[in-house]
Amino acid sequence: MSFVKLSASALAITAISATTAAARDNVQVAGSSTVLPYASIVAELFGENTDFPTPVVESGGSSAGLKRFCQGVGENTIDVANASRAIREKEIKACAENGVTDIMEVRIGYDGIVFASQQSGPAFNAFEPSDIFNALGAKVLKDGAIVDNPYNTWAEFNADLPDVEIAGFIPGTKHGTREVFEEKVLLIGCEATGAMEAMIAGGMSEDDAEDACLNVRTDGKSVDIDGDYTETLARIDTNPNGIGVFGLAFYENNTDKLKVATMSGIAPSTETISTGEYPVSRPLFFYIKKAHIGVIPGLKEYAQFFTHDDIAGPSGPLANYGLVADPELANTQDAIANEVTMGSGS
Amino acid sequence: MTDASMQTPETGRHSVSLTASDERTRKRAKAEKRFRMYGIIAIATGLFFLLVLFASILKEGIPAFTRTVVSVDFTLTEQQREAAEGELFKTKAYANLFIAALKNELDERDLEAEVDNAAIERLLGKVGGTIREFYSQNPGKLGEPIEFDLAASSRVDGYFKGRVSRDTLQDSRFLQLSDLDLVDALTEAGIIKQAFNWPFITGADSGVDNPGGAGIGASVVGSFFMMLVVLGLSLPIGVAASIYLEEFAPQNKFTDLIEVNISNLAAVPSIVFGILGLAVFIQFMHLPQSAPLVGGLVLTLMTLPTIIISTRASLKAVPPSIRDAALGVGASKMQAVFHHVLPLAAPGILTGTIIGLAQALGETAPLLLIGMVGFVARGYPDGFIAGFTEPNSAMPAQIYTWAARADVGFYEKAWGGIIILLMFLLTMNIIAIILRRRFERRW
Repeated sequence: MSFVKLSASALAITAISATTAAARDNVQVAGSSTVLPYASIVAELFGENTDFPTPVVESGGSSAGLKRFCQGVGENTIDVANASRAIREKEIKACAENGVTDIMEVRIGYDGIVFASQQSGPAFNAFEPSDIFNALGAKVLKDGAIVDNPYNTWAEFNADLPDVEIAGFIPGTKHGTREVFEEKVLLIGCEATGAMEAMIAGGMSEDDAEDACLNVRTDGKSVDIDGDYTETLARIDTNPNGIGVFGLAFYENNTDKLKVATMSGIAPSTETISTGEYPVSRPLFFYIKKAHIGVIPGLKEYAQFFTHDDIAGPSGPLANYGLVADPELANTQDAIANEVTMGSGS
Repeated sequence: MTDASMQTPETGRHSVSLTASDERTRKRAKAEKRFRMYGIIAIATGLFFLLVLFASILKEGIPAFTRTVVSVDFTLTEQQREAAEGELFKTKAYANLFIAALKNELDERDLEAEVDNAAIERLLGKVGGTIREFYSQNPGKLGEPIEFDLAASSRVDGYFKGRVSRDTLQDSRFLQLSDLDLVDALTEAGIIKQAFNWPFITGADSGVDNPGGAGIGASVVGSFFMMLVVLGLSLPIGVAASIYLEEFAPQNKFTDLIEVNISNLAAVPSIVFGILGLAVFIQFMHLPQSAPLVGGLVLTLMTLPTIIISTRASLKAVPPSIRDAALGVGASKMQAVFHHVLPLAAPGILTGTIIGLAQALGETAPLLLIGMVGFVARGYPDGFIAGFTEPNSAMPAQIYTWAARADVGFYEKAWGGIIILLMFLLTMNIIAIILRRRFERRW
């Protein structure tokens, strides 16, 4: 009999909860693992400082988050997608197909991408984009010809760099960080070394040459990290010659283990990034479904709280953790207040 | 067999003495000895790894149970509270009031080290939330001096636990070398001290800049509700399915097919169940996201085959004579099963259930896709039903999340979380052992 009772009560519980499931009262967020730390800080403060329940923030990467965001409108879909890159046309189209048409874009600030190595490792103190391209690119320019990357050590192409085996740990393709790495480091390096010009001279179209520039070598010297920065840190920890790509905030939290290299002669810091001197930085965003405002309690308030001067401003907790504050925060605040959607001429 | 044929091999050998062992016997004895030694070595290796595992878990995890607190008398007036409540960033306002009060107190005490507000801010963790919560629960305490134990920042905590040392510390906005002098002075004055980390055991997850406030309590509750769902669904369904298959079902192609598929199901990777859970429970049935109910349902699917297989095995192990005797004295088939076979199989069923539950308890992968991994810090549910439907995390998910964070303070929390997880598991096992003892019958 007890089995019957147990299963009956279990079924009853399921039934009851299925009926109460109709009303979600917390904001549901997913997306970029770069934005996750900031979103979690805001979510905690939002729960502490308002009467709304603490939002749930999931990770998974920008692309995965936007994919879930575009699955449709309704309480069983997420309200906010975090992204470390701007939404793509393709994604907007996919959203529209599923009925997600009014999307609000919110830029929360900037993040720097730094190249760091083990504290006690060899002296990787200064990089140029061309160094990274020569080390990690699939095809490089050597002696006037485009060849499969022949380099084994850094000193082979730049005598100022240590004579140690190349080992690069770069973000995997599902990370928004990868896109910045490709555009601001690999592509620039490709142009600077003259490889791109040589490719075009060799009969490639400009687009093809650009794509070829972004390919990384696949012989094991460049490793894609699909997990979080802690995984990159673990790899660097075990490999004294390794160079890893980190977010500025992560590096600043681990200065006792990592030493950072300058890029084009500029050391990464919140100052150099906000002035635009440090070349490898990117804006961070989150996207809101306008259709959910007014349906999910606290959604608009969450966005307003996130972008408030006290939170995302230069002296707020986000900046203290490592976010570079957006100088145009006031515009973002206005856009949220007026619920301005993308493409409505804002 | 004739005598002659028996003797033929013997004639080849010399006379065999039973007292002195010959070459072949010695060889056999040696082989046995060697085999025993392999066994002992295998056990010793296993024990060694277990010891290393336990030692490292304890070594890394024990520090999570103590915390560094700043303990000081603090008075908040009615007006101050109203002013703070009027702000948007209320907890910051509370923290600033506390910092000012602490600064005044330190100035009066005339410490050797230099004191300024920025330094105090660096020493403190996120204290505003704790203060605000206290006064919203005890509004009557306004205007009285209250002794608060407030968390120090993760780096100051690390200074006491050996994560931060004067030699390797580099000045940053998180902590400066001069701050450590202040920490030492405050420790001498008895303001900074070590305390048992209750917030770790009772609290919920916290933001990445607040390792001192992170607790595992809420996710223990999340795991508990998930286990309730798993137990409440998989045990009755699993036992009913195996009793039917074992005792009543006809032997034919169809039941064979079912049996094969149950075994296959047991080998399906758990992430697959997570995808299924997302597609069926959340997107089709519209159950809430991040809820222990959905987590429990997904884990039920994963646990069912384990329970069915072990239940069938223990039903099979009951001697047929018991069934025959019951049937022989006139019991119906159902009476024979429920009055005689099932009680005898109960210990085996319990063992299978506890193995299944333990597996489910430690599973993170299926929870990834239904929104239980990430930042889920809603705190304790409002009631029994809400425990199933309100967003919550689970212990392994929480541990995984902490291990991925930038601040080293969270890494320590992850190890501490493992200790709590093991204790939860141990409790489950003890309950199972007690139940098994009570049910155990000998024949």
